[in-house]
Amino acid sequence: MNAHLPYILCIILFCIGVYAIISKRNIIKIILGVVIAEYAVNLFLILVAYKVGGRSAIFSETQVILPESMVDPLPHALVLTSIVIGLATTAFLIALAIRLYGKYGTFDITRMRELRG
Amino acid sequence: MSKEHDPGMSVIVKTVTRLTVGLILLYGIYIILHGHLTPGGGFAGGVIVALAFINLDLAFGGSISASIFSKTSTSVVEALGAIMLLSLGLIGLRYGGFLENFLHSDGNPGQLVSAGIIPLENIAISLKVGAGLFGIFLILIAIQKFESEKK
Amino acid sequence: MIELYVLLGLMIAGAVIAIEVKNLLSAVITVGIIGLALSIIFILLKAPDVALTQIVVEIVAVIMLIRATLNREIAQKSCGSRPFGAFMGILFLGLAVIAAIVTFSSGLAPFGEPLMTVSRFYPLNAVTGTGAVNVVSSIILDYRAYDTLGEATVLFTAVIGVMTVMRSVGKKKEEDLQENNE
Repeated sequence: MNAHLPYILCIILFCIGVYAIISKRNIIKIILGVVIAEYAVNLFLILVAYKVGGRSAIFSETQVILPESMVDPLPHALVLTSIVIGLATTAFLIALAIRLYGKYGTFDITRMRELRG
Repeated sequence: MSKEHDPGMSVIVKTVTRLTVGLILLYGIYIILHGHLTPGGGFAGGVIVALAFINLDLAFGGSISASIFSKTSTSVVEALGAIMLLSLGLIGLRYGGFLENFLHSDGNPGQLVSAGIIPLENIAISLKVGAGLFGIFLILIAIQKFESEKK
Repeated sequence: MIELYVLLGLMIAGAVIAIEVKNLLSAVITVGIIGLALSIIFILLKAPDVALTQIVVEIVAVIMLIRATLNREIAQKSCGSRPFGAFMGILFLGLAVIAAIVTFSSGLAPFGEPLMTVSRFYPLNAVTGTGAVNVVSSIILDYRAYDTLGEATVLFTAVIGVMTVMRSVGKKKEEDLQENNE
Protein backbone atom coordinates (compact mmCIF):
# COMPACT_ATOMS: atom_id res chain seq x y z
CA MET A 1 0.00 0.00 0.00
CA ASN A 2 2.63 2.48 1.07
CA ALA A 3 4.84 1.52 -1.87
CA HIS A 4 2.16 2.70 -4.28
CA LEU A 5 1.10 5.92 -2.53
CA PRO A 6 2.43 8.33 -5.21
CA TYR A 7 0.57 6.38 -7.90
CA ILE A 8 -2.66 6.58 -5.91
CA LEU A 9 -2.34 10.34 -5.36
CA CYS A 10 -1.73 10.68 -9.09
CA ILE A 11 -4.91 8.71 -9.87
CA ILE A 12 -6.86 10.95 -7.49
CA LEU A 13 -5.57 14.00 -9.41
CA PHE A 14 -6.67 12.38 -12.67
CA CYS A 15 -10.13 11.71 -11.21
CA ILE A 16 -10.47 15.36 -10.17
CA GLY A 17 -9.80 16.36 -13.78
CA VAL A 18 -12.36 13.85 -15.10
CA TYR A 19 -14.88 15.06 -12.51
CA ALA A 20 -14.52 18.59 -13.86
CA ILE A 21 -15.09 17.35 -17.40
CA ILE A 22 -18.27 15.43 -16.64
CA SER A 23 -19.93 17.68 -14.08
CA LYS A 24 -19.14 21.31 -14.92
CA ARG A 25 -21.23 23.47 -17.20
CA ASN A 26 -18.71 26.21 -17.90
CA ILE A 27 -16.60 25.35 -20.93
CA ILE A 28 -13.48 27.01 -19.49
CA LYS A 29 -13.77 24.74 -16.45
CA ILE A 30 -14.00 21.76 -18.80
CA ILE A 31 -10.80 22.85 -20.56
CA LEU A 32 -9.10 23.19 -17.18
CA GLY A 33 -10.25 19.66 -16.32
CA VAL A 34 -8.70 18.34 -19.52
CA VAL A 35 -5.44 20.12 -18.67
CA ILE A 36 -5.38 18.69 -15.12
CA ALA A 37 -6.06 15.14 -16.33
CA GLU A 38 -3.26 15.53 -18.85
CA TYR A 39 -0.83 16.65 -16.13
CA ALA A 40 -1.78 13.60 -14.07
CA VAL A 41 -1.08 11.21 -16.95
CA ASN A 42 2.31 12.79 -17.63
CA LEU A 43 3.15 12.64 -13.94
CA PHE A 44 2.17 8.97 -13.78
CA LEU A 45 4.58 8.03 -16.56
CA ILE A 46 7.44 9.92 -14.92
CA LEU A 47 6.65 8.31 -11.55
CA VAL A 48 6.87 4.87 -13.16
CA ALA A 49 10.31 5.75 -14.52
CA TYR A 50 11.82 6.82 -11.18
CA LYS A 51 14.49 4.71 -9.54
CA VAL A 52 15.51 5.27 -5.91
CA GLY A 53 18.97 6.84 -5.85
CA GLY A 54 18.99 7.12 -9.63
CA ARG A 55 20.66 9.83 -11.70
CA SER A 56 19.44 11.88 -14.65
CA ALA A 57 19.88 10.16 -18.00
CA ILE A 58 22.80 12.36 -19.09
CA PHE A 59 26.41 11.26 -19.33
CA SER A 60 29.28 13.58 -18.43
CA GLU A 61 32.75 14.09 -19.81
CA THR A 62 34.41 14.85 -16.51
CA GLN A 63 33.00 12.14 -14.25
CA VAL A 64 32.19 8.50 -14.70
CA ILE A 65 28.45 7.74 -14.61
CA LEU A 66 27.33 4.13 -14.72
CA PRO A 67 24.43 3.40 -17.09
CA GLU A 68 22.93 1.11 -14.46
CA SER A 69 22.48 4.02 -12.03
CA MET A 70 20.25 6.01 -14.38
CA VAL A 71 16.49 6.39 -14.18
CA ASP A 72 14.43 4.94 -17.01
CA PRO A 73 14.84 7.36 -19.97
CA LEU A 74 12.13 5.94 -22.25
CA PRO A 75 9.06 7.43 -20.44
CA HIS A 76 10.88 10.77 -20.33
CA ALA A 77 11.07 10.77 -24.13
CA LEU A 78 7.40 9.81 -24.46
CA VAL A 79 6.25 12.49 -22.00
CA LEU A 80 8.37 15.13 -23.74
CA THR A 81 6.40 14.50 -26.91
CA SER A 82 3.11 14.30 -25.01
CA ILE A 83 3.52 17.71 -23.34
CA VAL A 84 3.82 19.58 -26.65
CA ILE A 85 0.85 17.68 -28.10
CA GLY A 86 -1.11 18.62 -24.97
CA LEU A 87 -0.37 22.29 -25.58
CA ALA A 88 -1.53 21.98 -29.19
CA THR A 89 -4.81 20.34 -28.17
CA THR A 90 -5.34 22.95 -25.45
CA ALA A 91 -4.91 25.70 -28.02
CA PHE A 92 -7.45 23.99 -30.28
CA LEU A 93 -9.93 23.69 -27.40
CA ILE A 94 -9.47 27.40 -26.63
CA ALA A 95 -10.17 28.24 -30.28
CA LEU A 96 -13.36 26.17 -30.18
CA ALA A 97 -14.43 27.87 -26.94
CA ILE A 98 -13.90 31.32 -28.44
CA ARG A 99 -15.95 30.41 -31.49
CA LEU A 100 -18.74 29.01 -29.31
CA TYR A 101 -18.75 32.20 -27.28
CA GLY A 102 -18.89 34.25 -30.46
CA LYS A 103 -21.86 32.22 -31.72
CA TYR A 104 -23.92 31.82 -28.55
CA GLY A 105 -22.63 34.59 -26.28
CA THR A 106 -22.15 32.27 -23.31
CA PHE A 107 -19.76 29.70 -21.93
CA ASP A 108 -22.55 27.59 -20.40
CA ILE A 109 -22.92 24.36 -22.37
CA THR A 110 -26.50 23.65 -21.23
CA ARG A 111 -27.68 27.08 -22.40
CA MET A 112 -25.91 26.47 -25.72
CA ARG A 113 -28.12 23.42 -26.18
CA GLU A 114 -31.25 25.47 -25.47
CA LEU A 115 -30.26 28.22 -27.88
CA ARG A 116 -29.71 25.89 -30.81
CA GLY A 117 -31.91 26.08 -33.89
CA MET B 1 3.43 57.92 -31.83
CA SER B 2 1.18 59.94 -29.60
CA LYS B 3 0.64 58.81 -26.06
CA GLU B 4 -3.07 58.22 -26.44
CA HIS B 5 -2.69 55.73 -29.27
CA ASP B 6 0.36 54.03 -27.80
CA PRO B 7 -0.66 50.37 -27.56
CA GLY B 8 0.70 47.85 -25.12
CA MET B 9 1.58 47.99 -21.47
CA SER B 10 3.23 50.60 -19.26
CA VAL B 11 6.70 52.12 -19.64
CA ILE B 12 8.17 49.87 -16.95
CA VAL B 13 7.07 46.72 -18.73
CA LYS B 14 8.33 48.01 -22.07
CA THR B 15 11.76 48.92 -20.68
CA VAL B 16 12.22 45.59 -18.92
CA THR B 17 11.07 43.76 -22.05
CA ARG B 18 13.55 45.70 -24.17
CA LEU B 19 16.34 44.66 -21.82
CA THR B 20 15.42 41.00 -21.38
CA VAL B 21 13.97 39.84 -24.68
CA GLY B 22 17.41 39.41 -26.24
CA LEU B 23 18.53 37.30 -23.30
CA ILE B 24 15.43 35.11 -23.60
CA LEU B 25 16.10 34.63 -27.30
CA LEU B 26 19.75 33.80 -26.63
CA TYR B 27 18.78 31.28 -23.95
CA GLY B 28 16.35 29.61 -26.32
CA ILE B 29 19.01 29.30 -29.02
CA TYR B 30 21.45 27.89 -26.46
CA ILE B 31 18.89 25.30 -25.35
CA ILE B 32 18.30 24.30 -28.98
CA LEU B 33 21.94 23.99 -29.97
CA HIS B 34 22.98 22.08 -26.83
CA GLY B 35 20.02 19.73 -26.93
CA HIS B 36 22.21 16.66 -27.32
CA LEU B 37 24.48 17.63 -24.41
CA THR B 38 22.30 19.22 -21.72
CA PRO B 39 18.62 19.08 -20.73
CA GLY B 40 16.38 20.72 -23.26
CA GLY B 41 16.28 20.27 -26.98
CA GLY B 42 14.10 21.28 -29.85
CA PHE B 43 10.77 21.28 -28.00
CA ALA B 44 11.77 23.43 -25.02
CA GLY B 45 14.05 25.72 -27.03
CA GLY B 46 11.42 26.30 -29.68
CA VAL B 47 8.83 27.22 -27.08
CA ILE B 48 11.31 29.60 -25.38
CA VAL B 49 12.00 31.35 -28.71
CA ALA B 50 8.25 31.63 -29.28
CA LEU B 51 7.92 33.06 -25.75
CA ALA B 52 10.41 35.82 -26.60
CA PHE B 53 8.17 36.95 -29.46
CA ILE B 54 5.02 36.52 -27.36
CA ASN B 55 6.68 38.74 -24.75
CA LEU B 56 7.29 41.41 -27.40
CA ASP B 57 3.72 41.08 -28.63
CA LEU B 58 2.21 41.45 -25.16
CA ALA B 59 4.40 44.36 -24.08
CA PHE B 60 4.26 46.44 -27.26
CA GLY B 61 0.73 45.69 -28.35
CA GLY B 62 1.50 43.63 -31.41
CA SER B 63 2.94 46.36 -33.60
CA ILE B 64 6.57 45.22 -33.38
CA SER B 65 6.15 41.46 -33.52
CA ALA B 66 3.57 41.81 -36.28
CA SER B 67 6.11 43.72 -38.33
CA ILE B 68 8.68 40.95 -37.76
CA PHE B 69 6.38 37.95 -38.10
CA SER B 70 3.09 38.01 -39.88
CA LYS B 71 0.83 34.98 -39.97
CA THR B 72 2.10 34.07 -43.42
CA SER B 73 5.74 34.17 -42.44
CA THR B 74 5.12 31.97 -39.38
CA SER B 75 3.48 29.45 -41.69
CA VAL B 76 6.49 29.63 -44.01
CA VAL B 77 8.94 29.09 -41.13
CA GLU B 78 6.89 26.19 -39.79
CA ALA B 79 6.76 24.53 -43.21
CA LEU B 80 10.52 25.10 -43.51
CA GLY B 81 11.06 23.17 -40.28
CA ALA B 82 8.87 20.31 -41.49
CA ILE B 83 10.67 20.16 -44.84
CA MET B 84 14.06 20.18 -43.08
CA LEU B 85 13.04 17.27 -40.83
CA LEU B 86 11.62 15.25 -43.72
CA SER B 87 14.61 15.88 -45.98
CA LEU B 88 16.98 14.77 -43.21
CA GLY B 89 14.92 11.59 -42.99
CA LEU B 90 15.00 11.11 -46.74
CA ILE B 91 18.78 11.52 -46.90
CA GLY B 92 18.93 8.76 -44.30
CA LEU B 93 17.25 6.39 -46.79
CA ARG B 94 20.54 6.19 -48.70
CA TYR B 95 22.33 4.96 -45.55
CA GLY B 96 19.91 2.30 -44.44
CA GLY B 97 16.52 3.65 -43.46
CA PHE B 98 14.21 6.58 -42.98
CA LEU B 99 15.56 8.98 -40.30
CA GLU B 100 18.79 6.98 -40.06
CA ASN B 101 21.51 8.80 -38.12
CA PHE B 102 24.13 8.76 -40.88
CA LEU B 103 26.78 10.99 -39.28
CA HIS B 104 26.92 9.56 -35.77
CA SER B 105 30.58 8.54 -35.89
CA ASP B 106 31.79 12.08 -36.58
CA GLY B 107 32.98 14.11 -33.62
CA ASN B 108 33.59 13.08 -30.02
CA PRO B 109 30.62 12.55 -27.69
CA GLY B 110 30.29 15.53 -25.38
CA GLN B 111 31.46 18.11 -27.92
CA LEU B 112 29.10 20.56 -29.58
CA VAL B 113 29.70 19.06 -33.03
CA SER B 114 28.78 15.45 -32.42
CA ALA B 115 25.82 13.08 -32.46
CA GLY B 116 25.32 13.24 -36.22
CA ILE B 117 22.00 14.64 -37.34
CA ILE B 118 20.53 15.06 -33.84
CA PRO B 119 21.46 18.81 -33.57
CA LEU B 120 20.11 19.40 -37.08
CA GLU B 121 16.87 17.65 -36.18
CA ASN B 122 16.72 19.76 -33.02
CA ILE B 123 16.94 22.92 -35.12
CA ALA B 124 14.20 21.67 -37.47
CA ILE B 125 11.88 20.78 -34.59
CA SER B 126 12.51 24.08 -32.84
CA LEU B 127 11.57 25.98 -36.02
CA LYS B 128 8.42 23.91 -36.31
CA VAL B 129 7.32 24.11 -32.67
CA GLY B 130 8.24 27.77 -32.18
CA ALA B 131 6.64 29.01 -35.38
CA GLY B 132 3.57 26.83 -34.86
CA LEU B 133 2.92 28.04 -31.32
CA PHE B 134 3.57 31.66 -32.22
CA GLY B 135 1.19 31.31 -35.16
CA ILE B 136 -1.52 29.90 -32.88
CA PHE B 137 -0.92 32.76 -30.45
CA LEU B 138 -1.16 35.37 -33.21
CA ILE B 139 -4.42 33.90 -34.51
CA LEU B 140 -6.02 33.75 -31.05
CA ILE B 141 -4.94 37.29 -30.16
CA ALA B 142 -5.88 38.73 -33.55
CA ILE B 143 -9.40 37.42 -33.23
CA GLN B 144 -9.68 39.00 -29.81
CA LYS B 145 -8.57 42.37 -31.19
CA PHE B 146 -11.15 42.07 -33.95
CA GLU B 147 -13.93 41.41 -31.46
CA SER B 148 -12.94 44.34 -29.28
CA GLU B 149 -12.88 46.60 -32.34
CA LYS B 150 -16.38 45.44 -33.25
CA LYS B 151 -17.78 46.66 -29.92
CA MET C 1 10.77 11.68 -0.51
CA ILE C 2 8.57 13.79 1.79
CA GLU C 3 8.76 16.75 -0.59
CA LEU C 4 7.19 14.63 -3.34
CA TYR C 5 4.15 13.99 -1.14
CA VAL C 6 3.94 17.65 -0.13
CA LEU C 7 3.97 18.76 -3.77
CA LEU C 8 1.43 16.09 -4.76
CA GLY C 9 -0.84 17.28 -1.96
CA LEU C 10 -0.40 20.85 -3.20
CA MET C 11 -1.37 19.74 -6.70
CA ILE C 12 -4.51 17.95 -5.49
CA ALA C 13 -5.56 20.92 -3.33
CA GLY C 14 -4.89 23.26 -6.24
CA ALA C 15 -6.95 21.07 -8.56
CA VAL C 16 -9.92 21.11 -6.18
CA ILE C 17 -9.66 24.90 -5.83
CA ALA C 18 -9.34 25.37 -9.60
CA ILE C 19 -12.44 23.28 -10.21
CA GLU C 20 -14.63 24.79 -7.51
CA VAL C 21 -13.67 28.49 -7.38
CA LYS C 22 -16.20 30.96 -8.82
CA ASN C 23 -13.85 33.40 -10.51
CA LEU C 24 -12.53 31.97 -13.77
CA LEU C 25 -9.35 34.04 -13.70
CA SER C 26 -8.47 32.58 -10.28
CA ALA C 27 -9.11 29.09 -11.66
CA VAL C 28 -6.75 29.63 -14.59
CA ILE C 29 -4.00 31.01 -12.35
CA THR C 30 -4.42 28.07 -9.97
CA VAL C 31 -3.92 25.69 -12.88
CA GLY C 32 -0.71 27.59 -13.59
CA ILE C 33 0.42 26.92 -10.01
CA ILE C 34 -0.38 23.21 -10.47
CA GLY C 35 1.81 23.15 -13.57
CA LEU C 36 4.73 24.81 -11.78
CA ALA C 37 4.46 22.30 -8.90
CA LEU C 38 4.45 19.56 -11.55
CA SER C 39 7.69 20.85 -13.03
CA ILE C 40 9.33 20.86 -9.57
CA ILE C 41 8.20 17.24 -9.14
CA PHE C 42 9.82 16.41 -12.47
CA ILE C 43 13.12 17.85 -11.21
CA LEU C 44 12.83 15.77 -8.00
CA LEU C 45 12.22 12.65 -10.10
CA LYS C 46 15.43 13.30 -12.11
CA ALA C 47 13.74 14.34 -15.34
CA PRO C 48 15.29 17.74 -16.17
CA ASP C 49 14.35 17.62 -19.86
CA VAL C 50 10.68 17.15 -19.04
CA ALA C 51 10.79 19.80 -16.30
CA LEU C 52 12.20 22.43 -18.67
CA THR C 53 9.62 21.65 -21.33
CA GLN C 54 6.79 21.58 -18.79
CA ILE C 55 7.61 25.00 -17.30
CA VAL C 56 7.72 26.81 -20.66
CA VAL C 57 4.65 25.02 -22.03
CA GLU C 58 2.78 25.89 -18.83
CA ILE C 59 3.58 29.59 -19.28
CA VAL C 60 2.35 29.55 -22.90
CA ALA C 61 -0.85 27.73 -21.95
CA VAL C 62 -1.70 30.17 -19.15
CA ILE C 63 -0.97 33.17 -21.40
CA MET C 64 -3.27 31.75 -24.07
CA LEU C 65 -6.07 31.00 -21.61
CA ILE C 66 -5.92 34.45 -20.02
CA ARG C 67 -5.48 36.53 -23.17
CA ALA C 68 -7.81 34.64 -25.43
CA THR C 69 -10.79 33.82 -23.24
CA LEU C 70 -10.84 35.85 -20.06
CA ASN C 71 -10.55 39.42 -21.26
CA ARG C 72 -14.18 40.41 -20.84
CA GLU C 73 -16.49 40.58 -17.89
CA ILE C 74 -17.24 36.87 -18.19
CA ALA C 75 -14.40 36.17 -15.77
CA GLN C 76 -16.81 36.96 -12.97
CA LYS C 77 -19.74 35.06 -14.42
CA SER C 78 -20.11 31.67 -12.79
CA CYS C 79 -22.06 28.72 -14.06
CA GLY C 80 -22.97 26.06 -11.53
CA SER C 81 -22.39 22.38 -11.95
CA ARG C 82 -24.92 19.79 -13.00
CA PRO C 83 -26.06 18.10 -9.78
CA PHE C 84 -26.85 14.68 -11.23
CA GLY C 85 -23.59 14.60 -13.16
CA ALA C 86 -21.68 15.68 -10.06
CA PHE C 87 -23.22 12.91 -7.93
CA MET C 88 -22.60 10.19 -10.50
CA GLY C 89 -19.11 11.55 -11.12
CA ILE C 90 -18.14 11.34 -7.45
CA LEU C 91 -19.65 7.85 -7.15
CA PHE C 92 -17.94 6.31 -10.15
CA LEU C 93 -14.63 8.11 -9.73
CA GLY C 94 -14.49 6.88 -6.14
CA LEU C 95 -15.01 3.36 -7.44
CA ALA C 96 -12.26 4.00 -9.99
CA VAL C 97 -9.83 5.05 -7.27
CA ILE C 98 -10.62 1.90 -5.25
CA ALA C 99 -10.15 -0.26 -8.34
CA ALA C 100 -6.84 1.49 -9.01
CA ILE C 101 -5.64 0.79 -5.46
CA VAL C 102 -6.52 -2.91 -5.78
CA THR C 103 -4.89 -3.17 -9.21
CA PHE C 104 -1.70 -1.36 -8.21
CA SER C 105 -1.13 -3.47 -5.11
CA SER C 106 -1.29 -6.66 -7.16
CA GLY C 107 0.15 -5.77 -10.54
CA LEU C 108 2.47 -2.76 -10.53
CA ALA C 109 6.09 -2.71 -9.43
CA PRO C 110 6.64 -0.64 -6.24
CA PHE C 111 7.50 3.03 -6.51
CA GLY C 112 11.20 3.57 -7.13
CA GLU C 113 11.96 0.17 -8.66
CA PRO C 114 11.27 0.27 -12.41
CA LEU C 115 11.44 -2.98 -14.34
CA MET C 116 13.52 -1.55 -17.23
CA THR C 117 13.44 -4.76 -19.24
CA VAL C 118 13.32 -2.99 -22.59
CA SER C 119 14.72 0.41 -21.80
CA ARG C 120 17.92 -0.92 -20.24
CA PHE C 121 19.17 -0.96 -23.83
CA TYR C 122 19.12 2.82 -24.20
CA PRO C 123 21.59 4.00 -21.49
CA LEU C 124 23.98 1.17 -22.34
CA ASN C 125 24.13 1.90 -26.07
CA ALA C 126 23.20 5.56 -26.52
CA VAL C 127 26.68 7.09 -26.57
CA THR C 128 28.30 4.52 -28.84
CA GLY C 129 25.25 4.21 -31.07
CA THR C 130 24.32 7.86 -31.63
CA GLY C 131 27.11 9.98 -30.15
CA ALA C 132 24.67 12.02 -28.04
CA VAL C 133 25.50 12.41 -24.35
CA ASN C 134 21.88 13.17 -23.43
CA VAL C 135 20.12 9.80 -23.53
CA VAL C 136 16.62 11.30 -23.74
CA SER C 137 17.64 13.37 -26.75
CA SER C 138 19.12 10.31 -28.43
CA ILE C 139 15.84 8.43 -27.89
CA ILE C 140 13.47 11.10 -29.20
CA LEU C 141 15.59 11.97 -32.23
CA ASP C 142 17.28 8.71 -33.17
CA TYR C 143 15.81 5.50 -31.77
CA ARG C 144 12.23 6.70 -31.74
CA ALA C 145 12.36 9.48 -34.33
CA TYR C 146 9.03 8.39 -35.78
CA ASP C 147 7.42 9.62 -32.54
CA THR C 148 8.85 13.05 -33.20
CA LEU C 149 7.60 12.96 -36.77
CA GLY C 150 4.12 12.09 -35.52
CA GLU C 151 4.29 14.87 -32.94
CA ALA C 152 5.21 17.35 -35.68
CA THR C 153 2.22 16.12 -37.67
CA VAL C 154 -0.13 16.59 -34.72
CA LEU C 155 1.16 20.11 -34.11
CA PHE C 156 0.73 20.94 -37.80
CA THR C 157 -2.83 19.61 -37.68
CA ALA C 158 -3.57 21.69 -34.59
CA VAL C 159 -2.30 24.85 -36.26
CA ILE C 160 -4.43 24.16 -39.32
CA GLY C 161 -7.42 23.43 -37.08
CA VAL C 162 -7.05 26.67 -35.13
CA MET C 163 -6.68 28.62 -38.38
CA THR C 164 -9.78 26.98 -39.84
CA VAL C 165 -11.91 27.48 -36.74
CA MET C 166 -10.92 31.10 -36.32
CA ARG C 167 -11.07 32.10 -39.96
CA SER C 168 -14.84 32.14 -40.50
CA VAL C 169 -15.28 35.21 -38.29
CA GLY C 170 -13.38 37.32 -40.80
CA LYS C 171 -15.58 36.00 -43.61
CA LYS C 172 -18.73 36.81 -41.70
CA LYS C 173 -17.50 40.35 -41.16
CA GLU C 174 -17.05 40.83 -44.91
CA GLU C 175 -20.51 39.39 -45.54
CA ASP C 176 -22.03 41.74 -42.99
CA LEU C 177 -20.30 44.66 -44.63
CA GLN C 178 -21.65 43.65 -48.01
CA GLU C 179 -25.16 43.29 -46.61
CA ASN C 180 -24.89 46.70 -45.02
CA ASN C 181 -23.73 48.18 -48.29
CA GLU C 182 -26.59 46.60 -50.15
